[in-house]
Amino acid sequence: MIGWLKDVLGRHAVAAAPAVSARAEPGETLAKQLALVIDLNVCVGCHACVTSCKEWNTSGSAGALADQNPYGANPTGTFFNRVQTFEAGVFPGTETIHFPKSCLHCEDPPCVPVCPTGASYKRKEDGIVLVDYDKCIGCKYCAWACPYGARELDEERQVMTKCTLCVDRIYDEHLPKDDRQPACVKACPTGARLFGDVKDPSSEVSKAIRERGGYALMPEWETQPANQYLPRRITKAVE
Amino acid sequence: MNPAFSVVLFTTLAGAAQGLVVALALAALCGIQAAPAFAGRVLAIAGVMLVMGLLSSFGHLGRKERAWRAVQMWRSSWLSRECIVLPVFIAWVALWWFMLPLVGTQIVIPLIALLLAALLWLCTAKIYACLRFIQEWAQPLTLVNFVLIGMASGALLASALAATSNEPALLSVTGPAALVLTLAAWATRALSLRHNAALKHRSTLQSATGIHSTTLVQKSMGMSAGAFNTREFFHGRTLAALGQVKLAFQLLGFALPAAIAAVALASDSSVLAWWLAVAVQAPGLLAERWFFFAQAKHPQNLYYQVVS
Repeated sequence: MIGWLKDVLGRHAVAAAPAVSARAEPGETLAKQLALVIDLNVCVGCHACVTSCKEWNTSGSAGALADQNPYGANPTGTFFNRVQTFEAGVFPGTETIHFPKSCLHCEDPPCVPVCPTGASYKRKEDGIVLVDYDKCIGCKYCAWACPYGARELDEERQVMTKCTLCVDRIYDEHLPKDDRQPACVKACPTGARLFGDVKDPSSEVSKAIRERGGYALMPEWETQPANQYLPRRITKAVE
Repeated sequence: MNPAFSVVLFTTLAGAAQGLVVALALAALCGIQAAPAFAGRVLAIAGVMLVMGLLSSFGHLGRKERAWRAVQMWRSSWLSRECIVLPVFIAWVALWWFMLPLVGTQIVIPLIALLLAALLWLCTAKIYACLRFIQEWAQPLTLVNFVLIGMASGALLASALAATSNEPALLSVTGPAALVLTLAAWATRALSLRHNAALKHRSTLQSATGIHSTTLVQKSMGMSAGAFNTREFFHGRTLAALGQVKLAFQLLGFALPAAIAAVALASDSSVLAWWLAVAVQAPGLLAERWFFFAQAKHPQNLYYQVVS
């Protein structure tokens, strides 16, 4: 009950409490925004990012990601990342495009302000959009408010889950420096997933977006996704 | 979207209860006298309907024991605002019921009840209308329909109760009002159906993937047996079934209740007719709300078209 009062009264009342992570206000411009840049030109659709994501995130302190009928005819479960496949053009001139999709950590995330409990939030220090699993009531409204379908309700824990950019990994000083990256990035055999701060103009991701024509998904809704995609390039055979 | 029965039942039931309270409040404000015992019965019925709606809305939550947390983000979330206004409205209806023998015909309590009912409609409708990329919902008619459908069903229920308890003064107002409101709600709901039929969705497979080929098809959604994304956002019914529900809710929710109300107004012994109208309208309006959810095409569905 005391905790509830503190929550209702807001941050003013708990200023003395140890700082968790500061929440970005709607419309706030952040100095740092971590994100993934996905290179559609080299993704081969192997799903290594999907399985490594599942492995890391089902083993963490937040609890296992539910699987239902894992060995049955219709296995289904919670995943933070999917690889989809699209075909563009008309045969025989078709192109197959493998398309990894996870939370885009929007700079103006529509899922955050709709959350009635404040469980969904965007971190001020690095722009990661997270769910506080201890506050989520499983109302699913944030999933309705995400045009990308990036959120999945965990059927066993009955809370909303989503990509955390491996927040429990990228800052872990017990890990060697090379391992402080999202599991999907480490797992990608072709280097199709780049990770970094898109607000830092000299970062690898910013350079890739600038030089390779990086683009955002569904720009029509002005959510300003932090994750961007690098388009396919048609390379001519050397004569 | 895949309509959740808990939300369909909650919004329909609470809407009718709000309409019932509004009918009684407007009558009180206009100086139409009803016996205190009758007013008490109406308020008790509205209160029970609202509590049932509230309990039903709990059915939509994955973690019901944390429901109290939902009042916290009232600064930004319409859902949070609704979670505050609904219990306040229920409490106010209870207060009105409790104060009936004490205060008689004063107007402050009905006036505030009226405002709270309006505020609750605003919150409920805005939960859906504020999601800009669900274009079927993001239109002013969403609010208009929630209000008119609630008022129509409330006025109809008020008429049935007034006819049963022999309250001719009240019935002489709520009766015609029920007919007019039902026809008005039908008209605005038909307008929103027309709006949705002509809707051009802004998101396409091209904008969703950034692949600007005119011929673009999904070959795999990345899993074989579905996920939350395929269960929550697809209703799985055929277009023909959807068409039947659309026809049924217009018939049962609006056309037949209006016709029966007209007959009841024309005849003297109308108790049975009013209750028949209520009984026909209830499933019709549940179907209407089911259709409201089912018709909404979420842009995330673009990513979940083909298993493999």
